[in-house]
Amino acid sequence: MAAAATCSTGTRSTGSVVAAASRNSVTSFQRRGPRASGTDSGCSRLVSIAGTRPSVRNGQLLVSTGLPALDQLLGGGLAVGTVLLIEEDKYNIYSPLLFKYFLAEGIVTGHTLLVASAKEDPADILQELPAPLLDDNCKKECDEDIYNHKTESNIKMKIAWRYQLLPKMEARPVSSSRFGHYYDVSKRIPQELIEASKWHGFFLPEKISSTLNLEPCSLSHSYIKLLQFIQNIIYEEGFDGSNPQKKQKNILRIGIQNLGSPLWGDDICWTENCDSNHSLTKFLYMLRGLLRSSLSACIITVPTHLIQNKAIIARVTNLSDTVVGLESFIGSEKETNPLYKDYHGLIHIRQIPQLNNLIYDVSDVKDLAFKLKRKLFTIEHWGLHIRPI
Amino acid sequence: MFPELNNLLNTTPDQTEQGKLTLLCDAKTDGSFLVHHFLSFYLKANCKVCFVALIQSFSHYNIVGQKLGVSLTTARECGQLVFLEGLKSAVDVFFRPQEEPHPLQFLREANSGNLQPLYEFVQEALKPMDSGEAAWRCPVLLVDDLSVLLSLGVGAVAVLDFIHYCRATVCREWKGNVVALVHDSGDAEDEENDILLNGLGHQSHLILRAEGLATGFCKDVHGQLRILWRRPSEPTAQRDRSLTYQYKIQDKNVSFFAKGMSPAVL
Repeated sequence: MAAAATCSTGTRSTGSVVAAASRNSVTSFQRRGPRASGTDSGCSRLVSIAGTRPSVRNGQLLVSTGLPALDQLLGGGLAVGTVLLIEEDKYNIYSPLLFKYFLAEGIVTGHTLLVASAKEDPADILQELPAPLLDDNCKKECDEDIYNHKTESNIKMKIAWRYQLLPKMEARPVSSSRFGHYYDVSKRIPQELIEASKWHGFFLPEKISSTLNLEPCSLSHSYIKLLQFIQNIIYEEGFDGSNPQKKQKNILRIGIQNLGSPLWGDDICWTENCDSNHSLTKFLYMLRGLLRSSLSACIITVPTHLIQNKAIIARVTNLSDTVVGLESFIGSEKETNPLYKDYHGLIHIRQIPQLNNLIYDVSDVKDLAFKLKRKLFTIEHWGLHIRPI
Repeated sequence: MFPELNNLLNTTPDQTEQGKLTLLCDAKTDGSFLVHHFLSFYLKANCKVCFVALIQSFSHYNIVGQKLGVSLTTARECGQLVFLEGLKSAVDVFFRPQEEPHPLQFLREANSGNLQPLYEFVQEALKPMDSGEAAWRCPVLLVDDLSVLLSLGVGAVAVLDFIHYCRATVCREWKGNVVALVHDSGDAEDEENDILLNGLGHQSHLILRAEGLATGFCKDVHGQLRILWRRPSEPTAQRDRSLTYQYKIQDKNVSFFAKGMSPAVL
């Protein structure tokens, strides 16, 4: 970490690997190492933002998604400046949980939150966040859950004994870890934590009443309002480096729920040949532009199982950086399949971004299943797993 | 620039072909390593490059370029590289209305969009200097990528027109090259994308197609590259030459090998 904190004095030399953006002095893409340098922002300050750590692979700044198992699958965490797309499960039961984990992690680490929803008031969403497990109780609570699980799986496998050696996905909580926390979904977050945090809410029914004076373009009005709101917050609070006298840099965590659903004024979920074909993709592109030039990370949930036009799903996936799909077993024939009896659904890591890097990085593990226990949401390998030689 | 790919394509930075359209496409995998290759190749070949980068930020290309031995900041400062950073310009043109036409003006328009301002930007960037002394070898236009223009509401025909105009100016008139990346959506039934891909496929001199392996994910072989040489202007009785290789992407290089001959397997 100390090496990452040193900055060389020559900023514009050919050895500089940081792009010097003309107006905005901060980009989130900084290379770790003694040659890394910023223009006016010291890179030492970037590394010391609470709740972030540099990636071991490319020096990219990472934040936790709120689920340490998911962080591990995504290569350490979610990169600042990128979008995490969650493809909602069929009845939208588990994707709000991942959404809430992300926001709760923001509150615990002191990041600023921006919550946008067309369905629920952001204040209500924040009330329902899971309570963080503090270091002294969390080991006890997690031990309880893991012990219950272990007694089931302690029965030695007689034939496929080699599979016992496969590592379990769930890691024990490391005490006093500043990156990634554990949460108890059976309890609500304490009120004082919410009040101590800084958050902005965008509740569509409240914002849409005012008239717009923008010339018509193919983005729907709700999306334009949301983009303006996000851009306003980023600019006013200096997340894009426009306020250089700000002492302590912070991350803005943006959460947008049910994007693409009819509540946002988008008709891609009803019909195959829709008028606003490009509304969502254009929105995602502009969102990407805003994120890349600011210290923010965004989670969006999209009901892709409702989108009729497969081409739009492919375009939405291409315009997002990290894509995680949830497939719950409720109502499908997999619910009664004995292979899946211990789990509630499958989790697919469909895409991981390849930032500042040539290496094509796909998660090694392909067969992942999730289970919502009483207190924890866990992700594990399922069944027999043949590794390629 | 990957030396092994140069060998396969039979080119070196010292002798580049001119007046060619190269089409890069990827299906079920990420073909952006090809964009990095051509960017560093043409910068090393001392060509003047106009890079329309719509999908990633400048620092991303810069950091990968450093690994491949070129510095984009130096190239931009001395005028060899004209870089249009799509993401940053899009935010500018969308939130702060500009007076003069901006290359990404189509983002503010409601209908299928007109890429003429973008073409004029490219023309302005690559036009040969009047001073008579040729500082750079030949102009090159590099676009990453064209499929995102379709996502932004531009019609496939408008994109084809744009490439046609660029080819007429850059390839024919100024004897330069055009390289563009298009994603192949495969079975996603993206008709507009298919029109674009087929239309460009018929106009290109060289097609590099990166595909995922048919058998699924493998840690040691990241995909398969199909190279197809074409002669679009001559109706030929001969077959176009094609080669297929498999590749593995490493930190600073991509290694190519014949199918089934991956060092991990042998």
